[in-house]
Amino acid sequence: MDNEYIISLVEQGKRLDGRKFDQHREISVETHISKNSEGSARCKIGDTEVLVGVKMDVGTPYHDSPDEGSIVVTTELSPIASPDFELGPPGVEATEIARIVDRGIRESKAVDFKKLCITSGEKCWIFFIDIYPINDDGNLIDASALGALAALKNTRFAKLENNKVVFGDFTDKKVELEKTPITFTFVKIKNSILLDPHTREEKAAGARLSVAVHNGKIHAMQKGGDKGFTESEIEMMIDIAIKKEKDLKKVIEKAK
Amino acid sequence: MSKLIAEERTIVVPGEKLATGMEYLPGNGAFREGDDIYSCQLGLVNVSGRFVKVIPLTGKYNPREGDIIIGKISDVSFGMWFVNIGCAYLACLNVREVPEFIDKGADLSNYYDFNEVIIAQVIKVVRSKDINLTLKGQGLRKINGGKIIEVTPSKVPRIIGKQGSMISMIKEHTKCNIVVGQNGNIWIKGDNVENEVKATEVILKIENESHTHGLTDTIKKALEEGIENGL
Amino acid sequence: MAYSKRKDGRKFDELRKISAQVGIIKRADGSAMFQIGDTIAIAAVYGPRELHPRFLQNPEKAVLRCNYDMASFSVTERKKPGPSRRSVEISLVTEKALASVLDLELFPNTVIDVFIQIIQANAGTRCAGISAAAMALAHAGIPMRDMVAAVSVGKVGDKIVIDLDKHEEDFEEGATDIPIALTARNKEVTLLQLDGEVTKDELMQAIKLARKGCEEIHSVQVQALKEVYKEDKDG
Repeated sequence: MDNEYIISLVEQGKRLDGRKFDQHREISVETHISKNSEGSARCKIGDTEVLVGVKMDVGTPYHDSPDEGSIVVTTELSPIASPDFELGPPGVEATEIARIVDRGIRESKAVDFKKLCITSGEKCWIFFIDIYPINDDGNLIDASALGALAALKNTRFAKLENNKVVFGDFTDKKVELEKTPITFTFVKIKNSILLDPHTREEKAAGARLSVAVHNGKIHAMQKGGDKGFTESEIEMMIDIAIKKEKDLKKVIEKAK
Repeated sequence: MSKLIAEERTIVVPGEKLATGMEYLPGNGAFREGDDIYSCQLGLVNVSGRFVKVIPLTGKYNPREGDIIIGKISDVSFGMWFVNIGCAYLACLNVREVPEFIDKGADLSNYYDFNEVIIAQVIKVVRSKDINLTLKGQGLRKINGGKIIEVTPSKVPRIIGKQGSMISMIKEHTKCNIVVGQNGNIWIKGDNVENEVKATEVILKIENESHTHGLTDTIKKALEEGIENGL
Repeated sequence: MAYSKRKDGRKFDELRKISAQVGIIKRADGSAMFQIGDTIAIAAVYGPRELHPRFLQNPEKAVLRCNYDMASFSVTERKKPGPSRRSVEISLVTEKALASVLDLELFPNTVIDVFIQIIQANAGTRCAGISAAAMALAHAGIPMRDMVAAVSVGKVGDKIVIDLDKHEEDFEEGATDIPIALTARNKEVTLLQLDGEVTKDELMQAIKLARKGCEEIHSVQVQALKEVYKEDKDG
């Protein structure tokens, strides 16, 4: 019933909250929200709210990249955020969000993994980026990706003693973000493309596409949803993402 | 401007264009999109009047009213039994559709119990989900003894043969009682195990070689001379 | 960094050798094998069948459940058996790639299970899995509005290429991998993922290349499906 209502609105060129089809809800980013983490951030897109924390530990590099550290992204879809989530280990939805965020950071080389090397072939830093949605009002993907970026931006390295982390002790050395890839998620309802869907639009949507861009280049994409896109729709979504990149970069820059 | 694109009795795949124009109508196994009619099944094209259909060559049993089927009781409920006939949904056998007179409040499992096998007829199908069966009719009954084998439903016509010629030949040679359910379940009961095995092997041979020419002769030979070296 | 020659001598717009076979798993309602180069995927479909436990049922349509798995011996360094986050994600995008051509509303309260097993891997496994699964679904007699074919395209060095093999995926100077699935008639994009770095124009070029590749794969799928019942006309 509700889906039909959303669809009829879209057919009239309207959205529930009055936004234009290519308009975001209000976005805000706040950092340093959790003291014990090496880095943290809260990202809000409309009423969707996500907390992201970065913790570090020492690990062994993969043998095919002995001079590099790595990141591990996890999403916990706790029932605190939505009546639709259940307790339990990360399911498909949580896994997908984590992997999309991971790809955006990894493929754009936003963090230079070589700078995470401690001792070549033996020890390296592993960044654990953990994403906790607090309220799901749609578009957890973009809120998570933005939150992760903001958290990384204010992350300081943990203290290392004898190659072991001294938990609770931080250095002043900050993580440098080489790039700031921004993720844009669109949904397709009937034949219209909408940017930044809220929950009711997500439920009424047939297909979904997330695109991570940095300086006009595409670094990651993920299509979701039961229906498909045409080539021209894909081109249109990329154009919007590239156009709006600057606006969202400003949000990240403001967050210190 | 209407045109038939696929030829009768050719094999088509899902998404293949069958006809164009409004003169033709999509039957079972076909659908219309815009001006064109496409197949939604892997099957044989069949044109009857203005209807373009596709007869599926594969897939689970699709129940039709009038079909004789062999099924297994899977659940006993209030006033009815649920029967597994090999399709996506369980069929219903209502207490009024059995030849016995059953008292209200009687325990239905005393008449037909879990896992018992019945030969029944499909009397009603609503959108392939609500399937009703009856045991009232000639030859419809619970069966005892013998064995049940399963074949692909689409091979059943080949096993029965034109006007039952193939199955009659098998019954005659093996002296077995055989009932072929349209749902692909076949009951075989003979005087001895050897004959039952022979009937089974021959039927499975038809299933595997249903597409070959001269199958009737091959089967006749196999029945007369015995099947060598297995299948 | 210029990429001038492919190790196996292929042209940039050339697929590896493809082959397909339908009906390879007798117990399944539908099954198929799809091979591209050294990558081999087999798929089995069971259903529509009853879905248990009950609370998973959808009263409006069938649930499509895809499970992608790589055999531990399919890759050079043994992969631990069992699901991983990667296989969970691939199972999800595979389901999305196939759902749009199925009329799931025809079978409420049931499940259609699609199992994909990769038995030999040399890149392009999720695409091979989707191409195999589409044939298996047709073989299972599940009504489909269209067929789906999938292929990986991408950028290796400075060239847009189709059907990247393992060497190309791991290309030192950088490679972008773009798995795509297209429906045969309407050329709708039902799978689209990307990792790496490309401009918009490069992406659109890659999609055009994928169209061509999927057409080739589709004709092999059609042939494999029709082969199963070549002379079944006297039935």
